[in-house]
Amino acid sequence: MADFFFHTTLGQLLLIVLESLAVLVPLLLGVAYLTLAERKVMAAMQLRKGPNVNGPFGVLQAFADAIKMLTKETVIPSGANRMLFLFAPFLTFSLAMIAWAVIPTGNGLAIANINVGILYLLAISSLGVYGMLIAGWASNSKYAFLGGLRSAAQMVSYEVSIGLVIVSVLLAVGSLNLNDIVLAQRHVWFCLPMFPMFIVFFISALAETNRAPFDLPEGESELVAGFFVEYSALAFGLFFLGEYANMFLMSGMVSILFLGGWLPPLAIAPFTWIPGPLWLIAKILFCLFVFIWVRATFPRYRYDQLMRLGWKVFLPFSLAWMVLTAGFLMVTGLLPGGAG
Amino acid sequence: MMTQIVFYVFAAVLVLSATMVVSARNPVHSVLFLILAFFNAAGLFLIAGAEFLAMTLVIVYVGAVAVLFLFVVMMLDVNFTHMREGVQRYAPIGGVVGGVLLVELLMAFMHWRSATNIGQIAHLVPSSPTRTNTAALGDVIYTHYIFLFQACALVLLVAMIGAIVLTLRERPTGRRQNIDRQHDRMPAGSLEMLQVPLGAGVDAQGGFLRPHESYDIAAVPGTYGTEAWREAEAREADGTALVIATPATGTKGEGNE
Repeated sequence: MADFFFHTTLGQLLLIVLESLAVLVPLLLGVAYLTLAERKVMAAMQLRKGPNVNGPFGVLQAFADAIKMLTKETVIPSGANRMLFLFAPFLTFSLAMIAWAVIPTGNGLAIANINVGILYLLAISSLGVYGMLIAGWASNSKYAFLGGLRSAAQMVSYEVSIGLVIVSVLLAVGSLNLNDIVLAQRHVWFCLPMFPMFIVFFISALAETNRAPFDLPEGESELVAGFFVEYSALAFGLFFLGEYANMFLMSGMVSILFLGGWLPPLAIAPFTWIPGPLWLIAKILFCLFVFIWVRATFPRYRYDQLMRLGWKVFLPFSLAWMVLTAGFLMVTGLLPGGAG
Repeated sequence: MMTQIVFYVFAAVLVLSATMVVSARNPVHSVLFLILAFFNAAGLFLIAGAEFLAMTLVIVYVGAVAVLFLFVVMMLDVNFTHMREGVQRYAPIGGVVGGVLLVELLMAFMHWRSATNIGQIAHLVPSSPTRTNTAALGDVIYTHYIFLFQACALVLLVAMIGAIVLTLRERPTGRRQNIDRQHDRMPAGSLEMLQVPLGAGVDAQGGFLRPHESYDIAAVPGTYGTEAWREAEAREADGTALVIATPATGTKGEGNE
């Protein structure tokens, strides 16, 4: 059996398909239930009940929403660029999916354990802006277009600080491989020595996923719904799923870069009994809870404040921290020498 | 075999999309084809084993440069009928430029000489299998070519500062938020509690509920409670006033902000 999977071409192709399904099916289920969890958590924070009609505690609400979205009519506005209008949601959704190919869920447990894993993640997350920009332009609507422009400026700005934060982590690791990044945190998770960078990264992740308090591309109070105002039915559903899958992805990046990935908090008995993937899932769920917590707590930023935070606060701060990290590692001789 | 097929697919799509960049009618489509071309170039890098360059190409060109292109091009107000008008007039100049470039390319190809030891000094992939791409690039860039590399960085820095200097305008009329000043503001500096007698109202106290030093009253003619306003009102009550508010001396602006 193992022979078939590892030594024949067909077997290897099948293996890749099975591996992808093993990642994507739990991810999509997680996305479906994240929408429910968000409504439940926010309801609890606002002293409401949240969805509680479909099934016990409303657990079937996610499926009810999915069926509703699938059975509605896809409306394409007149004057819209048909091809690009339909292409944008697929792009957003598939980008949120393909990034998971490199996320390690255990030691060496990734679909593709590539040497430049973190660069791949950065590349994929920087492409997410195209979905919104194209959707905004192809809709032939002013609201959608303004939303698209906002998202382009916002995401490009915050990628700069995300890049610099990643560089300071990489200085301490000495490798671009995600597996190595997690293994470098065996003794101490990077969220402790690099706590300020952890915070900067988390806030930038909020901006990168267009979540509150940085949800200006949607800005329903001034842009109706921003870049996807013209979308309905399945096309809207794909944007929706893509946004939540991106939240999972960013939480995964936070977990891997700062919270020790699949590693338990302490390498002692009761913690080591729990398998690595479960630790990673627990950390991702914690980050997602904070995403929702932030949304229920903070009002939306004004656009100029958002830009000021990105360029005038985060960029100089993360740049200074990067120089500081490099200097500290050099002085103490902890700099990982030329990774193999 | 498989690698060759993949190479030709990437190369064919790259050439086709590059052609579409210059031939597409709609400039937004041109930029999107340009992005497709970048992607296929990244794919070619991956086939050659240069994974770091492939990822950097996607991050820098697709993730940042092309986004800004698209950003600008989408906001252009393109009139497609006007675009056709200039063709006759500009065709000769365009033809001359194209011709010169073609001749130059031909000359370059005719005198193409490869270094004889190219096989020993140039490696697309790191020579040792245990050395990663990134490390191998760092070995070369930060040792032999450190000064050239730093010079490149300086050129880019100068270009960046130049772009900022050229586009940064101080607009005196614009209202700007000064966040530090807002944070520094204290109740003591901007609020004054007055004992207002019953029935007399604020007017008897000067009609002004803020400390006078925090607000330049003279700058705003006709402001409720100023001396000028009081005079104007008195004259209006007498029926002698033609002008309701006379600008006080030493007026700084004429704003009624």
